[in-house]
Amino acid sequence: MSQSTNPTTQFQTDANRVTADVDRRSFLRSSLRGYQTTRDATQERFLNYESARIAAGDAKWEAIENLDVYLAQFADKLEARGATVHWCSDSAEARDAILDIIKKHDAKSVIKSKCMTTEEIHLNDLLEKEGFEVVESDLGEFIVQLRDEAPYHFVFPAMHLKKEEINTLFQEKLKSINTDDPEELTMVAREVLRQKYLSADIGISGANFGVAETGMISITENEGNARLTTSLPKVHIALMGIEKIIPRLEDLALMLPMLATAGTGQHLTCYNSQLGGPRQDDESDGPVEMHVVLLDNHRTRLLADPEQRDALRCIRCGACLNVCPIFKNVGGHTYGTTYQGPIGSVITPHLRGLKDWKHLSHSSSLCGACSETCPVKIDLHHHLLRNRRDAAGKGQGGLAERTLMLGFTIVMRRPWLYRLTGRLGKLGHVLTKPIHGTRIDPFYAWKKTRDLDDPAKQSFKQYWKSRK
Amino acid sequence: MVNVLERLGHEVDYPEGQTCCGQPAFNSGYFPEAKKVADHFLDTFADADMVAVPSGSCTAMIRKFYPELYQDSPQAKVVSELSGRVFEFTELLVNQLGVTDVGAKLKGTATYHDGCHGLRELGIQDAPRKLLENVEGLSLVEMDEAQSCCGFGGTFAIKFPQISTAMTQVKLGSATQTEADYLISGDPSCLMQIGGYFSRQKSSIQCLHIAEVLDQQ
Repeated sequence: MSQSTNPTTQFQTDANRVTADVDRRSFLRSSLRGYQTTRDATQERFLNYESARIAAGDAKWEAIENLDVYLAQFADKLEARGATVHWCSDSAEARDAILDIIKKHDAKSVIKSKCMTTEEIHLNDLLEKEGFEVVESDLGEFIVQLRDEAPYHFVFPAMHLKKEEINTLFQEKLKSINTDDPEELTMVAREVLRQKYLSADIGISGANFGVAETGMISITENEGNARLTTSLPKVHIALMGIEKIIPRLEDLALMLPMLATAGTGQHLTCYNSQLGGPRQDDESDGPVEMHVVLLDNHRTRLLADPEQRDALRCIRCGACLNVCPIFKNVGGHTYGTTYQGPIGSVITPHLRGLKDWKHLSHSSSLCGACSETCPVKIDLHHHLLRNRRDAAGKGQGGLAERTLMLGFTIVMRRPWLYRLTGRLGKLGHVLTKPIHGTRIDPFYAWKKTRDLDDPAKQSFKQYWKSRK
Repeated sequence: MVNVLERLGHEVDYPEGQTCCGQPAFNSGYFPEAKKVADHFLDTFADADMVAVPSGSCTAMIRKFYPELYQDSPQAKVVSELSGRVFEFTELLVNQLGVTDVGAKLKGTATYHDGCHGLRELGIQDAPRKLLENVEGLSLVEMDEAQSCCGFGGTFAIKFPQISTAMTQVKLGSATQTEADYLISGDPSCLMQIGGYFSRQKSSIQCLHIAEVLDQQ
């Protein structure tokens, strides 16, 4: 996953490694199988899940289509209660804004609750380089941080690890007792983390939603760690992508159960907190300062694309990863992106450039399981196709592919040439039989793992003629 | 497919000039190239009352993606009219002709693999199952994750053979669990992928196109 390698090469290499690891793949598949069963049961409890998807998509759509208005409303309301809102157009600006706040408070340690947007701007690297202690408080994030790894899945960061591996990790890094009991392992982490909350000067969180009407961020979590992160330290910084806006408080009544159902199969996630500012004069607890850092980082580029801007409706539930056969077989790290799976493959080319990230749009069978499951009805797999079109249109497919496509067009528009090509194909199939499936086989990419049936002795056309 | 349709009393023509619907170029992102091939399809099939296609994937290309390809073009109207007359074989039998029993016989146990395009672009799910349930001697067993992609995906199978093959490996596991004699599908491309891998793995499961099954007497 080194940054210096070309993303396509890195993807292919990592995909080779993970697909060969049958044990890890079946572990992943069985975890996600469990998720799917629970999710299906939860979906059944909706009177009409399909209508709920449409309504959730519409609520986000309204926010995205009127982002200028809702963002301003959101910021005004927050500032009226004493929060500071920072508008950042890219990663560098967001990093600077956050670093300034931390330095101003002469802080030493930072506690974080799960926030993929901080991964997007590589905040941890920066803060550690600047000499701050940074601790991830979400259990999964805590685990991958100890392993010095990126999150594997943007909702389940450590889903690739078995409890035995976590046991080994904790013994090594935390001098923990020898146990692979999940509850005991959780207690080990909790003991370490409790101390960190108390000593942290700064708490950094993300936001699942930003409610424009009331100027509140809404945070969804299962462990209570985000509550502690956002309320114990004297300064709370929330980093939020501008697309997280929803128009009204009542929209949460739909969005929270949708996020839970699609994300984890829960009816409702354990803790849902709405935070609308720092400690007020008549309050006795909560942070003294609250900063909301709004991040664009090319989201507006996606907003300007009338075909694909619905991707900004994403609520980062992870459902598309959970059903994606590609994700299940290559795992999260292979993508080399902040956001893995179908949604990552759709938006990364917009956020980080089509030329370097178009391979993610090709590494899909376009099966459509992602679009079918998306709770806000993003047209995910068709967007992958549109990215392919845009890449081809810019000539990024390369000369060989362009020539092949030209040849395809010439052949398919001329029935006699089509028949001739068919015959040549048959001949090629017979002639290459002695080298079948070997590296010098021109059909190696196919035949390395798959046979090809012998062609029928008679083509359908010949059969048709003989019938007459 | 021709035999089955003729047995049901329909007249079938086979335009000999036909080639490809253009999907390989379309799915690779080469839309103008795909459109040139689609032009040829339109020329060849424009006069047909109904077009029967033995593939959910090709049907989806014509019915769902041609209109997108031809939007704002002078042929848009022709395309939209023709698209409405193009049907995948099983949906044609069940939904258009109202036939669920074609009088076929095949002894053994079968499991059905849903091709993604037929399933998710066209919503074909019940039609093939209804037809197979009425095949005398055949019992149908659902495999785990029957609706999970087989791994073909056109050029994906060549560009990312390791992922494509891993997906088929999962399919083999699911199919084997059912102890079925046959894996049946409505898409030749899925069958090429599944059959090719199953054969390499020396699986005893025989892969059949649903038209072959419905033609068994």
